[in-house]
Amino acid sequence: MSEKPSAKTAPVVLPAPKEDNPWGVRAQGAIVKYGFIAVTILLFAYFAATQPAFRTSTMLLTMLKLASVTAILGLGMTFTMTVGGMDMSVGAQAGLAVQMSAMIMVFYNMTASTAVVFVILIGLCVGLVNAFLIVVCRVPDLLATLAMMFVIQGAGLIPVAGQSISSGMTMTNGHIAPGKVTASFRLINNGNVGPIPVPVIIMLVLFVVGWFILSRTKWGRIMYAVGANPTAVKLAGVRVGLYRGLAYVISGFLASIAGLIMVARIGQGDVTAGSTSLLEAVAVALVGTSVLAIGRPNPWGTLLGTVLIIIVVTGLSMMGQPYYIQDTAKGLVLLLALLFSYTLSRKPMRFVPATNITQFKEENDG
Amino acid sequence: MSTEAESGYALELRGITKSFGRNSVLKDVSLSLKPGRIMALLGANGAGKSTLIKILAGAYQRDAGEILVSGAEVDIHDPMSAAAQGIQTVHQRIDQSVVPGMTVAENFLFEDIVKGTAPKVSSIGQLVKLAKPVAATLDLDWPDKKMRSDVFELGTADTQLMLLARALVEHPKVLVLDEPTSALSQAEVERLFDVIRRLRSEGMAILYVSHHLSEIVTLADDLAVLRDGRVEDRQQAPLDMDRAVRSMLSQDVSMEAAAVTEQRGDKVAIELHGVQLLKRSTPVDLELRYGEVTGIIGLLGAGKSELARSIFGVDPLRAGSMTLNGQPYRPTNAHHGVQNGIYLVPEDRAKEAMLPKWTVSHTSSLPFISRFSPAGVIDFKREKVHGQGILTDFAVVSTGPDQRVDALSGGNQQKVVVGRWMSGDPRIILLDEPFRGVDIGARHDLSAKARQAAKDGACVVVLSSDIEEIEEVADRVLVLVEGHFVLDRYTTEVDRDTIVASMSEEKANV
Repeated sequence: MSEKPSAKTAPVVLPAPKEDNPWGVRAQGAIVKYGFIAVTILLFAYFAATQPAFRTSTMLLTMLKLASVTAILGLGMTFTMTVGGMDMSVGAQAGLAVQMSAMIMVFYNMTASTAVVFVILIGLCVGLVNAFLIVVCRVPDLLATLAMMFVIQGAGLIPVAGQSISSGMTMTNGHIAPGKVTASFRLINNGNVGPIPVPVIIMLVLFVVGWFILSRTKWGRIMYAVGANPTAVKLAGVRVGLYRGLAYVISGFLASIAGLIMVARIGQGDVTAGSTSLLEAVAVALVGTSVLAIGRPNPWGTLLGTVLIIIVVTGLSMMGQPYYIQDTAKGLVLLLALLFSYTLSRKPMRFVPATNITQFKEENDG
Repeated sequence: MSTEAESGYALELRGITKSFGRNSVLKDVSLSLKPGRIMALLGANGAGKSTLIKILAGAYQRDAGEILVSGAEVDIHDPMSAAAQGIQTVHQRIDQSVVPGMTVAENFLFEDIVKGTAPKVSSIGQLVKLAKPVAATLDLDWPDKKMRSDVFELGTADTQLMLLARALVEHPKVLVLDEPTSALSQAEVERLFDVIRRLRSEGMAILYVSHHLSEIVTLADDLAVLRDGRVEDRQQAPLDMDRAVRSMLSQDVSMEAAAVTEQRGDKVAIELHGVQLLKRSTPVDLELRYGEVTGIIGLLGAGKSELARSIFGVDPLRAGSMTLNGQPYRPTNAHHGVQNGIYLVPEDRAKEAMLPKWTVSHTSSLPFISRFSPAGVIDFKREKVHGQGILTDFAVVSTGPDQRVDALSGGNQQKVVVGRWMSGDPRIILLDEPFRGVDIGARHDLSAKARQAAKDGACVVVLSSDIEEIEEVADRVLVLVEGHFVLDRYTTEVDRDTIVASMSEEKANV
């Protein structure tokens, strides 16, 4: 009762809470925060110690090169998860990019740069269609992109009658295909700048740009806001649809780049290209949300998730494990990440509608 | 251990303590409720009321302390055990207590269904028959058709009554009511009070939690005030509300609203022509002026939010047109509203204005993020200065602009939400139920800010169902009943009785 009225005249600044956690709580916090990175380093050390081939200096770059496709698709997934959605069509879009770029070069004998431009345009268009379905037609994200996944998978095979495209093949009109996947195009995968492979550079550039957009610009800020509470963002006078749509266009753009790297890697079209990419992209983006206990989709987490998965896969194949073990290993990595964020973390994590991931504490509600 | 004869209390709490992590919410709280009396529980936001209620309801476990029912110590560890000990709670958030997709009858019988005492296999007709006696505890004589409909089709008031009936069928010794009137109309409140008084005469002990002082004065026999997790004041009738408010706030806040120095504006901001607010309502015309605070009083469902949302642009008009500064104005989304300097502080703060985990500075910069982002890149320093500015301006209790908004108390959350719009030079600002879940100190601060904005030339519109709140803030009073205006006066020209009369008269005519 002796307190002077103070709240009326000046802001009351509370002291920041003191860190007086018991040791166990702090240890748990540290495990949640750094556990995933520790596992990555430990596995790397283990494989480096047991597998001589793993120790070579080029190995890390080779692994990053392998990781680039999944990482770039995962980056697109990160964008769509940021706005509270998920793009189920990324794998199919990458597959479409593979078929289209092969077709442009092999069937129509056009240049590598034409193929690149066309494929990126197609990626943007598919992204726009996804955005249209989700924003204008109000189809839920998962369902719209799932439908589009099937549409694209099939549509990409129509002009080639369901065949993989390779140079010298007989086209549907009976002629022999005149072109091939050109050597300059294949530099997208096989080229090096100094010791660093081109796809690694593309990947790093895209991740830096993606990180910058999401964490430093107003567009990224609004995307995260849309994922956190679209109603509140709408009532703040922001055009929510624009930003949700933008995420799918970005995802389409990134999927087409991933497709370009794929076709440059295999040197021909492939009807099955991209079919396994979707789940990997989802997995790495999910792993990314739990890295450092950030609790929301973020580019660096996605990249780290990709690197961990590639370390596991490479290490296992060097140990002579069969391919099917690799899938199990990938699944276990994802499971481990999910255990970190859902079970070990003291902050409960939850999926709000569809796939948006938000962490919140139910404290302070006295 | 004391016996019932000795103590004569229906419910005793002794030294209840509860903390969440480092945050100590209840500190040694002791309360005693006598049968046949109503005890009001008062407290500012964050005082620990909700936590105490949840402990009584079995939703939370106390860290220390004893709970005694009729003199015998009881163990309450989940909602079932609370009910078994004769403690029933009707929570404030009714949407969390009903099961959507199920019929009204099934919701009446929900406890039985959960416990497995309801027939495993039964027709809806049978369930309706079983539900009728439950409804009868409150003399609710609802037709079969209503009992068979989805619980979502019940109005808020009926849902509230249903939940109360569900609590009463267990013949509790102690009934806890958490803000039971927040969604009710005046007539419904009267009806509820009659029920509560009847229950009191039947010997039930009632813990009544409310922000509305007038309700407490009319209803309560005893009173307890919580502040910062401690019982700060205990009273028996006759109640000294001035003292209660003082102990609630620990500062000298007069109970009488500071007399409003009337401001009258003469320039018209926005005009509505033939606007239809509700599905079944006649078109209305309205003129809102710059330089004054317009208070719009209306009960739930009178069309307040519809009016505010249409002007803001988030919902389209059913019929009619608007002019803004004399020019035709047809907003199709909230973006238009914001671009024209028209801002809305929505009714439901948590759902419509806040972002989980977001900090003060991020939340407050969101509508105007472009101003802080030259070439799209956010200037974090300027953003933080802006957030700090709002904290200072509105005297927000916080650890700084990096604190999460959802960690603040209700009043402080609302200050941040209102403050962010006030920082954006509003031309027209619509405040929909801005004082809901806000303590009296914060309410005074927010009122003062609203009046200041009007003085600075803005058109300020406050929409509320509470006459007291409107009298405190508004220059001009409009009464909205079922989608049309029944009264339009300056506050100084009209007294409370006239306002109340205008609201009920119209009800009778409809």
